[in-house]
Amino acid sequence: MNAYGDAGLGLLGDPTRRAIFELLARRPCSVGELAQQLPISRPAVSQHLRVLKDGGLVVSRPEGTRRVYRLNPDGVGALRAYLDRIWDDALTAFQKAAEAAPVDPEQEQR
Amino acid sequence: MSTAPTIPAINGKVTVGVPVDQAFRVFTDSFNTWWPPEYHIGQADIAEAILQPREGGRWYERGVDGSECDWGRVLAWEPPHRLVVTWQINGEWQYDPVPEHASEVEVRFTADGPDRTTVELEHRHLDRLVGGQAMREAIGGAGGWTSVLERYAAAVASEE
Repeated sequence: MNAYGDAGLGLLGDPTRRAIFELLARRPCSVGELAQQLPISRPAVSQHLRVLKDGGLVVSRPEGTRRVYRLNPDGVGALRAYLDRIWDDALTAFQKAAEAAPVDPEQEQR
Repeated sequence: MSTAPTIPAINGKVTVGVPVDQAFRVFTDSFNTWWPPEYHIGQADIAEAILQPREGGRWYERGVDGSECDWGRVLAWEPPHRLVVTWQINGEWQYDPVPEHASEVEVRFTADGPDRTTVELEHRHLDRLVGGQAMREAIGGAGGWTSVLERYAAAVASEE
């Protein structure tokens, strides 16, 4: 039941892939342009792009001699994956807060 | 039910080592203490994230400059087992007051024992959020989405 969700989490769970996703949200970029803005090599950028593309978050098309990547214009996969990421972070933060809170609820009531 | 939703719902689940009452209380009363502050829609940095504890209550953020931005409304308030809120943040990362464009977040709290609670979250009707072109345009070009992502990217970068 959660297969789709897990895929989304996996896709944006990697910090570098998330950074690439965020750069492409600002504007379409080639591999070279992405590599200039990130502390990783072009082959590494290409590898992450392939994962994002296989996951349906990113599409590419040739422009002249280079290939330009952008977020999947149907937006659906990208939005969902981003919301998925938000909830994953939020629930993790909630779990920490719940387990750190005082046991007696009355103590915290204003 | 005859038509499948365009976008599958998001499901999340965590288990916490506290009683169900406390899990519900931290999720709602103490919402501000755990919501990741990088996720907000206002121009200003977030000062407080607030979930009003009643059916029909507001769910919103207050910025450090005092401005308020709604996120949605409380649809069901059933402590300590169930909470349903609308998520009315559209593709331009702005509050959309149109009820037909509201997605929903349901949170269920189930006691697994005296000191153990499973919290299940479902964010559904995501297709309602993409009713117009806003989502496509926001993702493809400049807009509120972009500014949120820029802040998010800066937060990610500062971790490294």
